Amino acid sequence: MPDPVGSKLFPIMIGVVGFICAVAIFLKPDEAPNWPKLGIVFSILCAVVTLVGYAYALKPLGFIIPTAVASGVVSYLIRRNLLTALLTGVGLSVGLFALFKYALGLGLVAFSKNLIG
Amino acid sequence: MEVFSLLADGFAVALTPQNMMLAVIGCVIGTMVGALPGLGPSNGVAILIPISFSFGLDATQSLVLMTSVYYGAMYGGRISSILLNIPGDEPALMTTLDGYPMAKQGRAAEALVLSGVASFVGATFATIGLMFLAPWLAQVAFLFGPAEYFALFLLAFCTLGGMASNNQRKAAIAACIGLGISMIGLDNSSGMPRLTGGSLHLMDGVDFLVAIVGLFAVAEVFIFIESHGKESAIGVKLGKVTIPFMMIVKSFGAMVRASVVGFIAGVLPGAGASLGSFLAYMTEKAISKDKDTFGTGNPRGVAAPEAGNNAAAGGALVPMLTLGVPGSGTTAVLLALLMTLNITPGPMLFKERPDLVWGLIATLFIANFVLLILNVPLVKIFVKLLSVPPWVLLPGVTMVSFVGIYSLSGSYFDLLLMIGFGVLGYFLRKIDVPTVPIILGILLGNHMEDKLRQAMVISGGDWTYLFSSPIAIGLWIAAIVGFVAPMFLSKFLKKPSAVSD
Repeated sequence: MPDPVGSKLFPIMIGVVGFICAVAIFLKPDEAPNWPKLGIVFSILCAVVTLVGYAYALKPLGFIIPTAVASGVVSYLIRRNLLTALLTGVGLSVGLFALFKYALGLGLVAFSKNLIG
Repeated sequence: MEVFSLLADGFAVALTPQNMMLAVIGCVIGTMVGALPGLGPSNGVAILIPISFSFGLDATQSLVLMTSVYYGAMYGGRISSILLNIPGDEPALMTTLDGYPMAKQGRAAEALVLSGVASFVGATFATIGLMFLAPWLAQVAFLFGPAEYFALFLLAFCTLGGMASNNQRKAAIAACIGLGISMIGLDNSSGMPRLTGGSLHLMDGVDFLVAIVGLFAVAEVFIFIESHGKESAIGVKLGKVTIPFMMIVKSFGAMVRASVVGFIAGVLPGAGASLGSFLAYMTEKAISKDKDTFGTGNPRGVAAPEAGNNAAAGGALVPMLTLGVPGSGTTAVLLALLMTLNITPGPMLFKERPDLVWGLIATLFIANFVLLILNVPLVKIFVKLLSVPPWVLLPGVTMVSFVGIYSLSGSYFDLLLMIGFGVLGYFLRKIDVPTVPIILGILLGNHMEDKLRQAMVISGGDWTYLFSSPIAIGLWIAAIVGFVAPMFLSKFLKKPSAVSD
């Protein structure tokens, strides 16, 4: 049977509706939001970079070290306190590892073989 | 009656030791998820899905666990609303209005017990409603063809955009973003890649769970970095928990009324629990003689939104199970769970898998009793959870999200995509664009397009076919009214802040 719609029409329909909405918002905008200050934008960028790094580090470095670093950094970004960040990092990485590995039975690797040698 | 014998079979499924245990675990986790601000129900369920897969649960078991979490989260949300004046999840927003004032007057324990009982009344009413309404609606759903389904999907987006958000234009554009994202990947009919930009990673499309965990969990981290976790209000101390019988008796009428209102709001596709609690509160306030005391710690102002929110949560399961159209953000996640388990919700589900449907309903009854125990006599345990500071909670949630998504696909690309969605979610939150329509769009986009194409194939390209049956016309009218009417009613229904679960 022929398909009278084809694979392009529906996405184009969505695009048209979206465009109409965009114009409607443009014509009658809401109040401008409170954009964060430069320092906070920088903190958020730091968090994004940390998480991207975490995504790449998870496999080659094993679970414990990247998790400790990433959760420590995120904790520090929320509250500027080195000690709580350190404790959060270590506590979360060890605690979550134990939870995932032994309670839930996920196949996580604590430390990569490359590191231990 | 047939319903009761089916329900008895359902209890036979639900009462196996393993399923009972899963229900109890689900209730505990759910109450925790609901109680912790910054970890909402949709996001909590979404994070748990990959973990339950790696746990090797079958379809019934996963569903038992997840719906218990879902019901539990609806109970738990009130705890931080009352004690901290921060809703633990979005539907609990209305509970802050009278719950926190009650707590400040030293009546925190009373408010917690009352709202726990109200949650129980609402959820039980909704589960009974689900039991009778769902099989009937499943029969009606047999009359639905592609044109009716297309209109129904449209109705879900329109009610979600029209009623559950403050700005229809922004909700509509969010739905378009979601629908657009769902188009990425292989075209269902021709098998050709669309909108992938040549990337092999995008050939399979964007995984729904990656999007939802990114938009909710990861975005929340950025929000907390911005606020430095400072927004936590001063908590109220909880005294000895006693049961205020007189107050419960006096508020019982409010609970029942709110349950009816909430259930109806929940059954509407796309409306959800937030709308249920909102309407329940407004109705109760409107019919009360002592209107002025609402907002200053009126017990009925605590009972009504909690009963309404839990009734709506149960009601939202009706369209999800019978029609495959979720009634709220969290039921959208549950729908995603069903789809991943290869279960197609809809009328056939009631015929082919009665064990699953009725086991689920029986579980909901059991979960309700477990939750009543957890949330009234044992509520102090969950109150302790509120002392977990955001700088420990948020990194923890992020790491669990990463491990969950990673264990699902094992690909870096999905993790990066999730971070991308997190940034997008933060940005959208700042400009006040709701994210639930995006989720619904990603989930329903392909179905919506398939139905449109099927309708056009049947009619040979005649567009009037979309309006050819009374059901379809009714749904189109409901969709348009659902989207347009709130614009005129907005003066009367002013919401305290953005509502979406």
